[in-house]
Amino acid sequence: MTAVDRPAPEAPAGPSPGPAVDGTGTPPVRERAARGTPWLLTAGLLAALLVLVPVAAGLGAYPIPTGDVLASVAHRAGLGGTALDRVPESVLWDVRFPRIVLALLIGGSLGCAGALMQGVFGNPLAEPGVIGVSSGAAVGAVAAIALGLDFLGTFTVPAVAFVTGLATVLVVHATSRSGGRTEVVTLILTGIALNAFTGALTGLFLFFADSAAVSQIAFWQLGSLAQATWPKVLAVLPCAAAGLALAPLYARRLDLLSLGERPARHLGVDVERLRLVLVLVIALLTAAAVSVSGIIGFVGLVVPHLLRMAAGPGHRFLIPGSALGGAAVLLAADLAARTLAQPAELPLGVLTALLGSPFFLWLLRRTRRRQGGWA
Amino acid sequence: MRSDGSGTGGTPPKTPRTAGGPRLARAARGLRLVSAARPAPPPAPAPGDVLAEAAGLHVRLGGREVLRGVDVTARAGEVLALVGPNGAGKSTLLAALAADLRAAEGVVRLHGRPARYWSAAELALRRAVLPQSAALSFPFTVEEVVRMGRAPWAHSPRDDDAAVGAAMAATEVTAFAARSFAALSGGERARVALARVLAQRAPLLLLDEPTAALDLRHQELVLRVCRERAHAGDAVVVVLHDLGLAAAYAHRVAILCAGRVAAHGRPAEVFTDGLLTEVYRQPVEVFPHPRTGAALITPKRDETASLTSA
Repeated sequence: MTAVDRPAPEAPAGPSPGPAVDGTGTPPVRERAARGTPWLLTAGLLAALLVLVPVAAGLGAYPIPTGDVLASVAHRAGLGGTALDRVPESVLWDVRFPRIVLALLIGGSLGCAGALMQGVFGNPLAEPGVIGVSSGAAVGAVAAIALGLDFLGTFTVPAVAFVTGLATVLVVHATSRSGGRTEVVTLILTGIALNAFTGALTGLFLFFADSAAVSQIAFWQLGSLAQATWPKVLAVLPCAAAGLALAPLYARRLDLLSLGERPARHLGVDVERLRLVLVLVIALLTAAAVSVSGIIGFVGLVVPHLLRMAAGPGHRFLIPGSALGGAAVLLAADLAARTLAQPAELPLGVLTALLGSPFFLWLLRRTRRRQGGWA
Repeated sequence: MRSDGSGTGGTPPKTPRTAGGPRLARAARGLRLVSAARPAPPPAPAPGDVLAEAAGLHVRLGGREVLRGVDVTARAGEVLALVGPNGAGKSTLLAALAADLRAAEGVVRLHGRPARYWSAAELALRRAVLPQSAALSFPFTVEEVVRMGRAPWAHSPRDDDAAVGAAMAATEVTAFAARSFAALSGGERARVALARVLAQRAPLLLLDEPTAALDLRHQELVLRVCRERAHAGDAVVVVLHDLGLAAAYAHRVAILCAGRVAAHGRPAEVFTDGLLTEVYRQPVEVFPHPRTGAALITPKRDETASLTSA
């Protein structure tokens, strides 16, 4: 069992001898002190997105004043405003906006997938990147690119990524749990093994690919949104939208799952079915993110964790909150990636790993100190 | 599970396709073809109703036969204590009564129906289970944990606050309702877990060593709560190690030994020197309390005392 950090003093023995179990004389139940926090955080995240989107649309190698951005959006939405000149209008609508929408979709998917995964594994360190599911999806994507697969049109890469990502989640799911929980060490080691294996497979496909495909894959592997186009947005939209729409339905059951498998079942949760559905949803979200942008790590780890620290672990807020937070974080990170080293562009995956890895290290130490994965 | 359906008149047949409307619906639900309708809570049991029953129950775990032909019944209005030495199969029997484990032979019936014919949601309205150790993956507060016990009642949240408040008061955890479960001591966690189980308000309570981590006062408190629940019409099955507690609070006791029921009956009938000495392979004496006359049970220590003094 878990070591207790601070053995708390026993409750003062109340003067009421043997309180009745039935509803009469119920003492008032104290509310969580931070009950309003989820709403505040949601409002804050939405506000951050509302500010970030026009700012990100305006900044870049070809700066467009924010006022112009808003005017162009209003114009297209039929709310007055004015269209811009041909060049800024094209930069805005053919380059910036697909990229922003893609960042929002992928960030949301990654944040949401992280929150779900931590709930399913009962472990705050689970994340698609850490345990190898992202690399699993990447194998499929690389295979599709290298072999020039095209059987589903633009949806080919996400579809193949979904299949291999799903296979990887199932492997992790089958090998790393015991008694409904996953020990930190088992999880991380499973991740190492899977990352090595999927890395080897990716290398194999790279070895057999022609040079054009190699450079495409190499760039993609670093994790980037630089090649965002509307067709690509459309390609990930089904996976991401399905995953994001399904995930909140399981929030309450994920709360119960944190008690362990059996207690959750005792409370009426069909645990096997819940796990199966959630593994599918995680694979959908991861595939959506990985198939276009490559492996962007740590968003799914950092975002749910910070939100859990701020607003408690209840999944009814955590899941939509992590989607919102992931979208905001990835949009900001992408903005930084393409503006910090202008005119060059930092690979986004490199940037998130640079910032995320130290956080992960800190989290590992903290979790280890508390033994067994209590966040 | 092979012989599960044998001996019960009203059980659904193995091939539900040939069966009538409600059975077909249940089978379809079992196959997840249609989403389950909200299960209705069971009617309040009458005193003496059998809410859980194991008949000729054999359970195998990891190739070993842990239960070898167990018959027990849990009746509404009674506290049934399961006692016995380590490894006798007490927790296994409790898990089987909770419908967690499958019977290799024999049958477990809950509220009159073989356990496997109930869905998880239906079971959640009929029995609440306290596991031996309470774990939690994420730092929920005490009140949030207790409130999880209300999950089976999600479609009628009217009584939630009252049930949660009463359960926390009964287990004396109200004072730290807003604290994180992770920051509690072992005994406090055990009481919070019990509060969650009480908040579920199921007519059958299955408690696995609810007193293990508790101090003297809270051991008594927990068993008083068991008696109160039985008095209110519930059936309570509780695994205990403390024979004194079992003698004082249980209406009936089943002594398990090596996967069988060695004795079954009122505490005064089954707690005898000879039987306990044999079951526990340790000399035990039973004598009346000088003031109340209640049975006191202690291991015989004369020899050890004389050994240390020698």
